[in-house]
Amino acid sequence: MIMSLGPYASFIVTSYAAAALVVVILIGWIVLDYRSQTQRLRELERSGVTRRSGRSATDRP
Amino acid sequence: MTLIDLANPTRFLALTARLLPWLAAATIILLAIGLYQSATAPDDYQQGATVKIMFIHVPNAWLSMFVWGVMSIASLGTLVWRHPLADVAAKAAAPIGAAFTFLALLTGSLWGRPMWGTYWEWDARLTSVLILFLMYLGLMALWRAVDEPSRAARAAAVLTLVGAINLPIIKFSVDWWNTLHQPASVMRMGGSSLDRSFLIPLLVMAIAFTLLFVTLHIAAMRNEILRRRVRSLQMMQASRVAFSEVGTGSREGSTSKEVGAA
Repeated sequence: MIMSLGPYASFIVTSYAAAALVVVILIGWIVLDYRSQTQRLRELERSGVTRRSGRSATDRP
Repeated sequence: MTLIDLANPTRFLALTARLLPWLAAATIILLAIGLYQSATAPDDYQQGATVKIMFIHVPNAWLSMFVWGVMSIASLGTLVWRHPLADVAAKAAAPIGAAFTFLALLTGSLWGRPMWGTYWEWDARLTSVLILFLMYLGLMALWRAVDEPSRAARAAAVLTLVGAINLPIIKFSVDWWNTLHQPASVMRMGGSSLDRSFLIPLLVMAIAFTLLFVTLHIAAMRNEILRRRVRSLQMMQASRVAFSEVGTGSREGSTSKEVGAA
């Protein structure tokens, strides 16, 4: 089935494409931020800096 | 597990690590259903196929206000109860809220051009949502400008609560002033004026986008907790370096004194 979007198809497609792009950027930013923070924590722990509780900052308890 | 238990960031990380995959799966399923229903919804008798823009414009517009509401509750948590996760929640929500508000403005503009004949009109609804977007950007700038998280948290919480005044202005702007924007058609006295063929896809998309927000928000909160751990470890590392330099410096000082005495 081919969807007919009428004379304003470009407005509809642009709206959905923009929403998809912004959501993908948000997800990408959050995933990259998570990787960056966990990597920095591991580097700090490798250099001998640990939390007062002694637990790893990246570990899931 | 109670809400109080969640006040502990370590417990929050553990619980959300188990919860996030389920939330992400539910979001994907609901988004898929909503998009399918949006694609197969009939054309409107006046607007034609452009009514399909409503299915992403309205959820984003709702969320733009909902996210600020969440941030306002979190700000109360920061100022009144000093909840350890309140500021984390508010700070993590701001960029997501800004993105939803941007999408509401953009898709509204793309819907307005074929329907109203213009991309933009300085009327009450559009202008108040633009102000909301600028307030999100202002808050994000404030958090970045202040190094100390607790100082930034209090200032941002006050600004968020003051900015919450804008929410009823956005909601009732279409009733209080003459605007190009149509009045409320879903949440209004006497029930929705939308036909079921539009209302159901719209509600499914609204729930899907709300789940998307919850998923992204929890993931961003986890990142913010880790960022604060990085900061505290870096400060510990810096203070160790400073102490060791002071220790070395004092030993060198005493040695030179001894040499001088000799």
